[in-house]
Amino acid sequence: MSPRHPLIELTVARFREFLREPEAIFWVFAFPVLLACALGLAFRSQGTPDVLVGVLRDGTAPHAEMVSALEQVTGVRVRVVDRTQADVALRNGAIHLLVVPGTPVTYELDASRPESRVGRFVVDEALQAGAGRRPALPVADRLVTMPGSRYIDWVVPGLLGMNIMGTGMWSVAFSVVNARVRKLLKRLIATPMRRRDYLLSQMAARLIFLVLEVGLLLGFAVPVFGIPIHGSWLLLAALCVLGAVAFSGLGLLVASRAQTIEGVSGLMNLVMVPMWVFSGVFFASENFPEAMQPFIALLPLTALNQALRGVMIDGSGVMTLLPQIVILATWMLLSFTMALRLFRWR
Amino acid sequence: MTTIPASDTTRDAVRGGADELVALRCTGLVKRYGDVLAVDGLDLEVRAGECFGLLGPNGAGKTTTIEILEGLNTADAGDVELLGRRWATDADALRQRLGIQLQETQLNDKLTAAELLRLFRSFYRQGPSVDALLQMVGLEAKRDAWYGKLSGGQKQRLALACALAGDPELLFLDEPTTGLDPQSRRQLWDLLAAYKQRGRTVLITTHYMDEAQVLCDRVAIVDHGKVIALGTPLELIASLGAEHVVEFALAEGKDLPSVAVLSALPGVRRASIQDGRGTLIVAHLHEALPALLASVADPDAFTLLTTHSATLEDVFVALTGRQLRDA
Ligand SMILES: Nc1ncnc2c1ncn2[C@@H]1O[C@H](COP(=O)(O)OP(=O)(O)O)[C@@H](O)[C@H]1O
Ligand SMILES: [Mg+2]
Repeated sequence: MSPRHPLIELTVARFREFLREPEAIFWVFAFPVLLACALGLAFRSQGTPDVLVGVLRDGTAPHAEMVSALEQVTGVRVRVVDRTQADVALRNGAIHLLVVPGTPVTYELDASRPESRVGRFVVDEALQAGAGRRPALPVADRLVTMPGSRYIDWVVPGLLGMNIMGTGMWSVAFSVVNARVRKLLKRLIATPMRRRDYLLSQMAARLIFLVLEVGLLLGFAVPVFGIPIHGSWLLLAALCVLGAVAFSGLGLLVASRAQTIEGVSGLMNLVMVPMWVFSGVFFASENFPEAMQPFIALLPLTALNQALRGVMIDGSGVMTLLPQIVILATWMLLSFTMALRLFRWR
Repeated sequence: MTTIPASDTTRDAVRGGADELVALRCTGLVKRYGDVLAVDGLDLEVRAGECFGLLGPNGAGKTTTIEILEGLNTADAGDVELLGRRWATDADALRQRLGIQLQETQLNDKLTAAELLRLFRSFYRQGPSVDALLQMVGLEAKRDAWYGKLSGGQKQRLALACALAGDPELLFLDEPTTGLDPQSRRQLWDLLAAYKQRGRTVLITTHYMDEAQVLCDRVAIVDHGKVIALGTPLELIASLGAEHVVEFALAEGKDLPSVAVLSALPGVRRASIQDGRGTLIVAHLHEALPALLASVADPDAFTLLTTHSATLEDVFVALTGRQLRDA
């Protein structure tokens, strides 16, 4: 068989090299799936977790009646504790709220814990009702389950974004710097190979990995956890490609001058770690102060995660996601332009 | 040797004085790295069809020179012309016609010999098939072995095959046998000798004088970025004016005769003393040896006394006062 076009041969070579690297396979393919599994298990229950309530045994009033009253309330788990147990349990979160029977009934809680505040509200409501209080205003609850409201529904798009960033940057940067260290880049430009073909082959190989890694993660998470995809699959695919190309550009930029693997690893962490923290992979970036939000919004991973969640959870269309698409495309153009200008072949 | 001034105006100035085709010519090459003058006004002319050697110690500027010729490095001054073309205007066409082996390339560890050759072959418009390349360097049995699993000699042979992938008119080899065991070196020499038969031009650098002597039609000895001698290996050795070399040393405490005394001995062309070791370049061994023995009062004082036929190494020592291998 005679050799095909250099672009094809370079891409095939890159792809083969990757497949023969077991560690790379693990980090790119197995790790995200394992992570999704772990998170899925940890957050598998729906709705809010039970409130854990302790009732003090030696209060000035008997506790038995109060315990049986609270046991009727859904979402509340009650146990009877003595003073020393109570202090320990409050401290380590084994109970969220301690009820001390007496007049008045005393609630002991750490107000900085959301569960404790919820617990106080739920318990107080039950005890007041038991004591005969009637609501001043008639109210009714209608319980609805919002699609995509579970943590796993929210975190899977984040994992997808993180994976697209990680493998995009790593696979390009590592391969380029490794070739530079081994003087392989110099050897390649001593042939008639077009430099453009080499860089394009990195992209092409990256897109092949992308299909595999996105396919695997979604192919696993969608049926196993019942992750909804409300928007268009086509848009989702296009966003993955856009993200992958943008992060390959960043990878190329990071790798454009680095002369050692250690050097490029350091740079890579400098770029990626802030995004792991700020861009809403595991927890919402809205947790950070208001003043930081404009900057966080401009990070490429923030844009990618928002866009992926938009399609998967909210079923958003292209027009809604335009800001994120523009941010990603800008990163892509900037990083490629700079990388090509800075790139060193030797 | 004939030197012709390089012409800047005519692109096809490829005819040398003796009407021989010139494959490569460079004039006045200079390359400076900070305070180091790596190449210091170097001129070369390589004729079509010859195997030309750049022989010199480590740090002499061989790699810098050959990479400038290969268009991988830029000179601070000087002019390079190969196959009648220049890098500034004809880089693409030149790349198709050159074969290059760098001093320290490592190919992809996890690609096989055949996969790597296929890749390199795809860059060229014409050239031998992958199987033919494997056969040229005797690696048919290693076709499907990963590069990372090959021995040093096999890696160098594969690198040579990659350099041959475009059926080059001009082949550049930078220290192709450095670090190889003697058997692998010999194997590579055989391959190159066979390649030479096909009338292609080769420019090879080496710091092994035996390699230059075996392979090269002509040799330029390079030191500190300059050509200090040029000619066929036989011419260079003959320039010593003698065919034999006597090396000797005396036991500690015994005084060596002075250089002046040694030079004046019958049959001795040149004498030098370095690190307590004397070297005589000798035209007539049967005269010089008895005279040397007689000039040392105590014949038992010799701890070393050897003779050998003169080599390029001796030419280098005679020119620089240093050994090639540890210069
Ligand atoms: N990239 C570089 N930067 C600084 N100095 C260099 C560089 N390349 C070569 N040199 C110096 O130039 C001189 C010639 O080196 P080189 O051409 O590699 O010699 P050789 O190949 O004959 O061993 C040496 O002193 C070397 O240290
Ligand atoms: Mg060298």
